[in-house]
Amino acid sequence: MSAARPCRRPLALAGLFVWHLRSTGVWQIPCQFVHLYHVANNRLITFQYFNFLKRMYVTRCNKDLSQRAKPKSDSIVSPFHELQQLDQEKKVVNKISPVSPVHQLWSETSSRNELREMKSAAETEDSVILVGTESKEDRRWKEMKLRLDDLPGILARLSKIKLTALVVSTASAGFAMAPVPFELTCFLLASFGTGLASCAANSINQFFEVPFDSNMNRTKNRPLVRGQISPLLAVCFAASCGIPGIALLTLGVNPLTGALGAFNIILYTCCYTPLKRMSIVNTWVGAVVGAIPPVMGWTAATGSLDAGALLLGGILYSWQFPHFNALSWGLREDYSRGGYCMMSVTHPGLCRRVALRHCLALIGLSTVAPVLDITTWTFPIISLPINLYISYLGFRFYRDADRSSSRKLFFCSLWHLPMLLLVMFTCKKSVLKKEDKGDLPGGSHETAMEIRLP
Amino acid sequence: MCFISELAMLACCKVPWRSGTCSRWSRSADNAGVRVPQGPAFRPPAHSRSDWIGPPDQHSNLRPIIFYAPPDESALERRLREARQEAQASNQRFWARHNRAFRQEKEEFIYSRLKAKGLEMRDESGQKATLNAEEMADFYKDFLSKNFKKHLQYNRGKNLN
Repeated sequence: MSAARPCRRPLALAGLFVWHLRSTGVWQIPCQFVHLYHVANNRLITFQYFNFLKRMYVTRCNKDLSQRAKPKSDSIVSPFHELQQLDQEKKVVNKISPVSPVHQLWSETSSRNELREMKSAAETEDSVILVGTESKEDRRWKEMKLRLDDLPGILARLSKIKLTALVVSTASAGFAMAPVPFELTCFLLASFGTGLASCAANSINQFFEVPFDSNMNRTKNRPLVRGQISPLLAVCFAASCGIPGIALLTLGVNPLTGALGAFNIILYTCCYTPLKRMSIVNTWVGAVVGAIPPVMGWTAATGSLDAGALLLGGILYSWQFPHFNALSWGLREDYSRGGYCMMSVTHPGLCRRVALRHCLALIGLSTVAPVLDITTWTFPIISLPINLYISYLGFRFYRDADRSSSRKLFFCSLWHLPMLLLVMFTCKKSVLKKEDKGDLPGGSHETAMEIRLP
Repeated sequence: MCFISELAMLACCKVPWRSGTCSRWSRSADNAGVRVPQGPAFRPPAHSRSDWIGPPDQHSNLRPIIFYAPPDESALERRLREARQEAQASNQRFWARHNRAFRQEKEEFIYSRLKAKGLEMRDESGQKATLNAEEMADFYKDFLSKNFKKHLQYNRGKNLN
């Protein structure tokens, strides 16, 4: 039927958009910012180069299980440290020699210990002479001044842009799976609004958790922890993303989607974040947070919360468990020290059981999809291999309970979800086929046209 | 405009302990044997009019911030600055003490487990003996449950002096 073909093209484009968005993530920034971002990146590379050296030097000395850096002691020497000392050597020698004949004796020696003593001696005698030399410690202090060309990079990290991109792509998938003709403006508004809401939620979360993030290896380089941005600016950024985002969803899409977006922000920042430190229930709440974006996509398209929306939400909900539980397995030390109540620390058996349970649930949910007329029956068949594979890895994690099985499960979950959503999209039951079943053969074409017009 | 921004800043720091911003180390704060760095701290250059942030503290992992006090600082601004300094000092005390306790208890746990296994703290090559992740898991679970109440109090903003 000729009417069906033009409808498919935008759907196919939508699918490509979803896939493209997921894979490119942060590079979807307008042109003028790309240059700034590259500039920021170059600077970051320079700064991070030294950071990397420091981290390398620290972990080499640390052969035990501690993921944190050991407190540094003066006696540990590194090539970087030597270079620093040489610098100081030269500087101090130049500054000290003209002052007093006593110091000239010291300037001829080259041993580091004596140099240190001299430095402290000189300091106590006349600090004005040494005003030009900086100690290594002093160099690590940074002025808290915002540089505009660093700002895009900082805000990207503050809003966890890659995670936001993933959230937006799940919302797009929800929109694409809805059994209505595709509307590009609505799709773009819904995606953009969801993205803004996600940025806001992530920024507020980082604002709340600065002392905890400082103490965990995974999060200690976040912008607020490093003081690259002030808390005031972070909160203003969150507000300037969240308010327009929810307004866009409420006014530009529909109130239901806006309400879901606002609810999700509150759930994430005011329920999940404090619960992380109170009870293991936080994981289930977090799974709901992850499940809401595709529901939002669906309601943006259809305007109502039906079974299909709940099924998509259910698939995302179940996916969160193997994903998060596997990730948390390797972070037990940091969680324990940071005071986070996670299953991997407090109930390790439950952690693995729940992960496996939800891997199997994914198979079940994929089978329900054609029953609800969302997809054809090819979907559970085609998705069975990947669902079985993640279930197998879930089982291995359950049985072995070690680092390698948890890593395998985690990395599998990262490609499993996009692939599942893509397969779901390709197996989507066409809107027109459904309508044609109930109509007279003659009037099917007109009915199709009627559906498309608002 | 200035006043509004001040109010906004104060509002943001209404729960000062959450913002995690730090202060110049208070020399009078010395609780339960936690050593606070004495002696000359870093001094920002005289011409600078902004705050300065330092490297992570070796015990608390929090980065100290030295706040700039402008000469024409208003009463509200001063209150804000002092509130932030107090929050910083309180966070610093809590985390330094907590992390030291963690490290100490971890060492004791490793020692006791190695002893139970009949091993020494250092093996033949002089390397420090360690336990694997599964053996450490018992310690992590135990430590978390023991400190749960302490964390709850910290999260609720109660002073843990």
